[in-house]
Amino acid sequence: MTGAQERQKTTYREAIRQAIREALKRDDRVFLMGEDVGRYGGCYAVTKGLLQEFGEERIRDTPLSESAFVGAGIGAAMAGMRPIVEIMTVNFSLLALDQIVNNAATIPHMSGGQFAVPLVIRMATGAGRQLAAQHSHSLEGWYAHIPGLKVVAPATLADARGMLWSALLDPNPVLIFEHVNLYNMEGELEADAGPVPLAGAVVRRPGRDLSVITYGASLHKSLAAAEQLAATGIEAEVIDLRSLRPLDDEAIIASVARTRRALIVDEGWRSGGISAEICARVAEQAFYDLDAPPARLCGAEVPIPYPKHLEDAAIPQVDTIRAAALELVRPQGRTA
Amino acid sequence: MTAKPHLDRNHARHLLGQMLRIRRFEEKCAELYTQQKIRGFLHLYIGEEANAVGVVGALSADDSIVATYREHGHALARGIPMGPLMAEMYGKSTGTSRGRGGSMHIFDRSTRFYGGNAIVGGGLPLAVGLGLAEKMRKGSGVAACLFGEGAVAEGEFHESLNLAAVWKLPVLFVCENNLYAMGSAVERTESETDIHRKAEAYRIDSHRVDGMDVVAVEATTRKALERIRAGAGPQFLECMTYRFRAHSMFDSQLYRDKSEVERWKERDPIERFGEWAVACGLLHREDIVELENKAAAEVDAAVAFADEGSWEPVTDLCRYTLMDAVPT
Repeated sequence: MTGAQERQKTTYREAIRQAIREALKRDDRVFLMGEDVGRYGGCYAVTKGLLQEFGEERIRDTPLSESAFVGAGIGAAMAGMRPIVEIMTVNFSLLALDQIVNNAATIPHMSGGQFAVPLVIRMATGAGRQLAAQHSHSLEGWYAHIPGLKVVAPATLADARGMLWSALLDPNPVLIFEHVNLYNMEGELEADAGPVPLAGAVVRRPGRDLSVITYGASLHKSLAAAEQLAATGIEAEVIDLRSLRPLDDEAIIASVARTRRALIVDEGWRSGGISAEICARVAEQAFYDLDAPPARLCGAEVPIPYPKHLEDAAIPQVDTIRAAALELVRPQGRTA
Repeated sequence: MTAKPHLDRNHARHLLGQMLRIRRFEEKCAELYTQQKIRGFLHLYIGEEANAVGVVGALSADDSIVATYREHGHALARGIPMGPLMAEMYGKSTGTSRGRGGSMHIFDRSTRFYGGNAIVGGGLPLAVGLGLAEKMRKGSGVAACLFGEGAVAEGEFHESLNLAAVWKLPVLFVCENNLYAMGSAVERTESETDIHRKAEAYRIDSHRVDGMDVVAVEATTRKALERIRAGAGPQFLECMTYRFRAHSMFDSQLYRDKSEVERWKERDPIERFGEWAVACGLLHREDIVELENKAAAEVDAAVAFADEGSWEPVTDLCRYTLMDAVPT
């Protein structure tokens, strides 16, 4: 393979760390703050070693005060800095909801464009580590409801590294959702991998029979399901949304128009979730291209439970994605 | 009255003139509200003017301000022109926020006025961030954060004081204690009614001052700013004050006695300072008349400016929801 010497083995965790490191080197307005990001090295070890490399001024351990340090990030961003704020998990971000929704998302508009909030907030999301109902939810869809925010969910190493870069260049508040089950994901990445646009879904696997529309950790489950479906002659196209706000309607609709079937896979809850929004857009914009009603596979409507078998049952898995795809393409009781 | 050596005639005229501008502006706002030219919530600052003039007037151009939804006084004291301010009250495109914010959300980049925040306590973390940015850039600016005693019950108050103290940030916290959080009296909502003592618990230098005395507020603010600029970290002022008018235009004031309001009106910061300045020869009666006339003319001009302003086109409804670039 040409260029093999330029590719490095890495992990999702290291890709984010490298992105933070590069940002700190590139721009002296950039700093990182959050709970235990420094001495402890980050709750998921993403920021390990950065304190030693960049010092306490730029790698700031905060008190357990989500509202204060997220709000401080907003204030510092308005004053010209480029803060990266880490919140341990999306569940904890609820303690900062006032700052995110009432300040970061409103001030540019409410000030008539006098102030921008170029702030990046990173947080872990999702289930799979048996952390039960206060550390495992997928609330990114909630944030995607809010005008004034950008919401992204990188699912690959290249996106993990490149989207942080783009987020720091963006004049708006950007929320980056890192699924906890991706941190250990290994792969190769070009040493000089560049920025990745914040908007724009991509086809991760082309197919003709249905579109599986997903993001985050569910992308990899969907790709595995698509592999299994291929063995039965069903070619699933897998769309990685990457951004939940804005949604890439064009890419979603183009895919669905080709395959005529849409399956949305989301760890978040079905009721009022981002999957509902995508379903509505498919129905609004591709209704006459559809051969079947759009389908959804979502998290069970339950607080995520602790034991592994129940946690597994609460969120989409490879076999349930495969079954949902089969049902959509070859409904039981009907001939294929 | 706390006299200061620098309180010469010019400065006395300035202090009284600023308080009069604020008072007359707001009286006009109340009138315009009944004419339905100003809508939504209108929270008047009448009675509390000494705080805005004393605190904001002591700040330098490098300092920044975060205020509350009762911020007309702070905006005027900061030097935001009255015309665009009144136009914002109307919701006109010639307003400070092109009409998008209204009375509760006055912003002005050129004077580092970071809002107008209508979430009680929501502005404190922002001020911590402004102070953090200033400290990281090794600037000499101070972030002044004004809030009412109602904010003290919010978690964001405690989180912000703690963080500012731990990081020794250049933040001046100013609690304008007007004794009522909307209709809830401080003694009904706080286990510790001496608010400045809460700041002491975070090891922040803390002072209580007569918020009906513009000279005392200014002098105390100057000292606090000096300490902050000398690297002492955040400082805290509790200004004891009183709102003469209702909380908003929808408030029938069932929660307080008329006699209490009358007692506080005897300490009207404008009358009190004006009489004192005349009595000690700092000002002449004619000065007061002249300042009144100037304020009236400025208010008239601001109303004309607001009346003449155009409405933002509906096609621009979503503009600034996402920014194309960071303004410079």
